Amino acid sequence: MTLCTECEAEIALETSTEVGEIIQCPDCGLDLEVISLDPPEVAPAPEEEEDWGE
Amino acid sequence: MKIGILCSLVRKEEKLLFDAFRTRGIEYLRLDDREIILDLHQRRWDFDVILERCINHSRALHTLKYLNDCGVKTVNTYEVANTCGDKLLTTLALIRDGVPTPRVLIAHTPEAALQAIEQLGYPVVLKPAVGSWGRLLSKVNDRDAAEAILEHKETLGSYHHSIFYVQEYMEKHGRDIRSFVVGDETICAIYRTSPHWITNTARGGVATNCPITPELHDISFRAAKAVGGGIVAIDLFETSNGLMVNEVNYTMEFRNSIDTTGVNIPEKVVEYVIEVAKR
Repeated sequence: MTLCTECEAEIALETSTEVGEIIQCPDCGLDLEVISLDPPEVAPAPEEEEDWGE
Repeated sequence: MKIGILCSLVRKEEKLLFDAFRTRGIEYLRLDDREIILDLHQRRWDFDVILERCINHSRALHTLKYLNDCGVKTVNTYEVANTCGDKLLTTLALIRDGVPTPRVLIAHTPEAALQAIEQLGYPVVLKPAVGSWGRLLSKVNDRDAAEAILEHKETLGSYHHSIFYVQEYMEKHGRDIRSFVVGDETICAIYRTSPHWITNTARGGVATNCPITPELHDISFRAAKAVGGGIVAIDLFETSNGLMVNEVNYTMEFRNSIDTTGVNIPEKVVEYVIEVAKR
């Protein structure tokens, strides 16, 4: 269990979660990047950059 | 076998690829492009292959160039990333290999761009040469719109937006095609349907299965070869003169195309990466 960096809502990571994955806070909707699984830790996701894409 | 996966953010596609490697019992090492330091004087990289899945084009480009120069096999190669990442280079490669593609004019000043637009005739599509997900595309319907967009680009844009890629507008009749090429095989394709002229699934286009016809395979295969091969996604227009290639993507997203086509795309990618490692 970890907390949203914006609204401090409790966030439980699913077992299949990967470091680097973007998840959404269920309460405030902020995009968060999972930066650690053990201990679970999230940070605000990076903003989209001009050269992002596929 | 030592396999690396170069990425930063993990999208649905990367998760599916990680799972596909694990299912085969193949270990991989994740290389985060935000943390990696490329020592340009150090040439030893002990990998059989590195799969590039960066979300940043510039990071992918630099890292692939470095790795390829070090003799590391990558999927895709620097050549492919460089060609696909720049629409001008993609179009030139397609033209060189005789792959049908809409007419494109390039200009470097707003004045020349306006002339180019009028030369092609309205409507035209103005695109950043580097960019993805349908970002900052403009359908220019008349001279008033052209002047406004060009002024905005000149004033607000970075230098990338002063490379004016002017493409003939192709009437899509509500859909286009995306085909997926892995090696020599067109593994599947989808129609992307949208009432909007931009049909990218990232912009709300709806995916449905598109059967692979000999014509679709032929043009997809030739487009893939034109940009250097590997694993690419080809965007195509259906026209009265047959299929035409719009763009080629080198770090393709496919989350909407697996259930739609019934093809296990990540498995196909992993098979190809292993094949490259063994070469």
